[in-house]
Amino acid sequence: MDFILASVIDGLLLGFVYGVAAMGLTLIWGVMNVINLSHGPIIALGMFGVYLIFGAFSLNPYVAILIVAVLGLVLGVAIYYVAVQRVINAPHLSTLLATFSVNMIIIGLGTAIFSASPRNVEFSLGSLTLGPITLLGTRVVAAFAAMLVAGALYLFLYRTRYGRYIRAVANNRDAAELMGVPSNRILALSFGLGTMLAAIAGGLIATFFPFTILAGGAYELKSFVIGVLGGLGNPIGALFGGLILGVLEGIIPTFMPTTWVPVVEFLLFVLILLVRPQGLFGAKS
Amino acid sequence: MNRKLLVILMLLMVSLFVACGGDDAAAPAAVDEPAPAEESAAPAEEAAPEEAAPAPETQTIVVGYTASQTGSQNVSSTRQVNGLMLWMNQVNAAGGLELSDGTKIMFDHVSYDDESNTDRVQELYTRMATEDDATFLISPYSSGLTAAAAVIAEQYGKVMVTTGAASDSTYQQGLTTVFQAYTPASRYLTGAVDLLAQLDPTVKKLAFVYENSKFSTDVVNAAKAYAESLGYEVVLHEGYDPETTDFGPFINKLQDAAPDAILGGGHFQDGSTFARQINEKNLEVNFLTLLVAPPEPDFADLGDAALGVIGPSQWEPQAAFTKASADEAGMEFYGIESDQFVIDYEAAYDGEEPSYHSAGGYAAGLLLEKAIVDADSTDPVKVAAALDAMDLLTFFGHIKFDTTAESHGLQIGHSMVYIQWQEDGGNLGKQVVWPAEGATADALYPMP
Amino acid sequence: MSENKVAAPAKKLRFMPQLAGRPYLGLSLTLAVIVIMILWPLVTGKDITRETVFTILLSVTLASSLNILLGYTGYVSFGHVVFFGLGGYVGFYLLAIQGWSLWMAMLAGGLSSALLAYLLGRAILRLRGAYFALATIGINEAMRAFINNFKPFGGPIGMTLNFQVYRDYGGASQALWMVFYTMGALTLLAVTVSFFVRTSKFGLGLLAIREDEDAAEVMGVVAPKAKTWAYVLSAIFPGIIGVLFFFKNGSIEPAPAFRLHFSIETIVMVMLGGQGTVLGPVVGSGLYQGIRGYLLTSAIFKNIQLAVAGGLLLLIVLFVPDGVIGWLRHRFPFLRRVLQ
Repeated sequence: MDFILASVIDGLLLGFVYGVAAMGLTLIWGVMNVINLSHGPIIALGMFGVYLIFGAFSLNPYVAILIVAVLGLVLGVAIYYVAVQRVINAPHLSTLLATFSVNMIIIGLGTAIFSASPRNVEFSLGSLTLGPITLLGTRVVAAFAAMLVAGALYLFLYRTRYGRYIRAVANNRDAAELMGVPSNRILALSFGLGTMLAAIAGGLIATFFPFTILAGGAYELKSFVIGVLGGLGNPIGALFGGLILGVLEGIIPTFMPTTWVPVVEFLLFVLILLVRPQGLFGAKS
Repeated sequence: MNRKLLVILMLLMVSLFVACGGDDAAAPAAVDEPAPAEESAAPAEEAAPEEAAPAPETQTIVVGYTASQTGSQNVSSTRQVNGLMLWMNQVNAAGGLELSDGTKIMFDHVSYDDESNTDRVQELYTRMATEDDATFLISPYSSGLTAAAAVIAEQYGKVMVTTGAASDSTYQQGLTTVFQAYTPASRYLTGAVDLLAQLDPTVKKLAFVYENSKFSTDVVNAAKAYAESLGYEVVLHEGYDPETTDFGPFINKLQDAAPDAILGGGHFQDGSTFARQINEKNLEVNFLTLLVAPPEPDFADLGDAALGVIGPSQWEPQAAFTKASADEAGMEFYGIESDQFVIDYEAAYDGEEPSYHSAGGYAAGLLLEKAIVDADSTDPVKVAAALDAMDLLTFFGHIKFDTTAESHGLQIGHSMVYIQWQEDGGNLGKQVVWPAEGATADALYPMP
Repeated sequence: MSENKVAAPAKKLRFMPQLAGRPYLGLSLTLAVIVIMILWPLVTGKDITRETVFTILLSVTLASSLNILLGYTGYVSFGHVVFFGLGGYVGFYLLAIQGWSLWMAMLAGGLSSALLAYLLGRAILRLRGAYFALATIGINEAMRAFINNFKPFGGPIGMTLNFQVYRDYGGASQALWMVFYTMGALTLLAVTVSFFVRTSKFGLGLLAIREDEDAAEVMGVVAPKAKTWAYVLSAIFPGIIGVLFFFKNGSIEPAPAFRLHFSIETIVMVMLGGQGTVLGPVVGSGLYQGIRGYLLTSAIFKNIQLAVAGGLLLLIVLFVPDGVIGWLRHRFPFLRRVLQ
């Protein structure tokens, strides 16, 4: 049964990266109650960012991810001011459609520029063999990077002034405003952080999987599932949600056909929404 | 506030205007595709009376098709269209076709974006068949879209040559005007099983790992039945979701099942990912055959992971289908030869290497051309009859269509060639390893 | 972090049906628009007009059905295409494999979608706002993945109709006209149902739920029951026309049947025309399909048509959230009696 162990470890490593993508989605939801439907294309842009920087300047992909993170932040803030700010207090449908139109714009321009052909970042860190288990360098590094990102986000939210502002706005926007928190700017910052996390996740994924401009869609759906597993609005829960999903994806194929994985995943997703909408780790509200 | 409202009002007016104009304006939009060489002749004229015309006259025939300019099939579809356009430009540059009564036939095209999904395929094909006066149709890329388009072709009695559409089921619907250029899915992988049997008669255990989509499932089901009839044991037969990027669970499963050979795959992205991860995970495998991805020139980007991988291909540049080989076999040969096709294609598209999708696009046009010449007419019924009777060799291979009622139009002449990525003086290159008579090198076995 | 957010600021009951006066004027106008559309191909005598109008009628039916849930009840069903796909699959199976007639297959498709909605409704309509929207996405994806594995429906290969089938309906081209008129009849029916739902007491209950569900319950609306029936009603027509669409298409596969994007497009049509109105989905569908048809075939935009469509959608969401009909009603109150 070595292969079960191997699958679990593979799943865990990937789970960290999925977790980072979901943290972005769930952070935005937690702060402003917006489901960001442009999440997937932004993950794809993160992939292309690393691909282009790596290709043009032969920069180490991990350095490229730092640049992509900054760009992701800027892009997110821009999306907030253009598309989200005006409808932030409107019914959910408006923000869903506003972010979906951003999705269409990115995919439309992206396909025109890059076409839908697959890309690959030609980068390898070799592999590590321990008995029956082979670990890929890029995936191990990605998992560590993901942990680092999660740790940094935690420190930011709980140890800095802006982090406290974000939490205050998330808890009660009006009260925060009364206390002198510039809530609109904090919302923009939160949206930027969310897209930054998506872009970082995309960049990490690009180091080991090939991708197209349309590849983000699958990770967006995964992010929904993970976000719900960990509790929507709970970024640290999302990391654990990612690990759970990763392990499920590793284990389910060992006893049933792989094509059943999405059936199980999405049924679980609906079930958790119904039974524990606060997520597996959230306290009952 | 008022100004804002004004702006909105204007925007709405514009979109309304656009919307209303859309249906009418769209009709004559004979769209210019990436036409490499020269623009073809004026819009279609009504088909003139054929027989009675005394003086030689020029008739422009419109060929309609949809291309996936956006969406997931964008890459293969673009290559297919490039091939088709190369054919059209060459025919027109050569002065068109001449019928026995002296009529000159020139070709023009009309095309729309199908966005890689079936929603609008039927509407667009109807538009081409009725509004844009397309006399002949070429299929979209992929079996799913073609199935939808075929219904329209049949309804309007338009001859449609399909390319990039391998699934057998489309041709078993009782259609009469649809003709397949590709080797059908049911014969896609059977040659790989033959090759394996010849390479190593001791092999017994096979694994089929494939994309859970129409095309790959059709292919694998047929190959599996064939392998089992030869006495192979199938130790793993499992599909994966089309969006799969992580093959870790599969590779772990394969490690456990320990097959001698792995066959399967699906399309370019999943196939190349699978090959790459098999290599990264150091999975011991002697024989690996994947659909679609390996014959693509871009597969070389995988480097070491590409080495030894085998793939079925509809056509390869090295394939030696020439006038000479046709004479030898006592067959008719028609059109360009492979080396010339490669040279012309690369010249037309900035050095882009043609893949079998490109060749398929060109071949579809070529078959249409030949059928018109044979029929000595552009009448759909006569052209369909000429296609029914066709049995010849082209640069693309042997072409012959099934004429039985159950699977009319199914390709029965053409067969696949199998390529393997091999190292040649430090460079990765494709070599044809099967069928034996067309092989350019011996297969590397076991794969490195 | 917090997850409870008060529902959107209660909107004024701007779309309350005008029961006094001439309530049927709005319906008559809407039906007249649709009848003109149905007759249009007869006037031009062109097959392509028929195809274009078919696409619009299909959208109108889907959008009007969705409007019962989205516009009247305020529940955002993002995965509504699941009813189109499931109905289509069930009907196609009966038609192609079991040899049923088209009419019985359509009926079965509609009923199976309604049944699914009934079963689901009891469970997921407890969820509010974005949670409900997410659950509908999950259900659609789960269904797609399930059908992909379900062998009787052909799994990933799907099913194809033998061309012979069309001959039972008077040959291929005759069958196309028949499909078109059937679609037209269904569209008229769907819009009429949508109108009577809105003007009925049941519909008033739905509107009350949309404005404030808790208050509605206090006022005596049995919200779970009303919502479930709204959900069922909004699922029947997509199920029926799913069968009709795939019958015309000649083949069915999981990915095109359960395309999430298709659901979202339907929402956009409802929004564009004006959610909660009867005429809105009709206008929205016509506009949306017209714009898209133009962008797809125009020489300037066809390479970036998706991005242009996204830009237009964004402008509408930001600046005209009530849609065309909503905006007109708001701007010109005297039109309210006519534009419902």
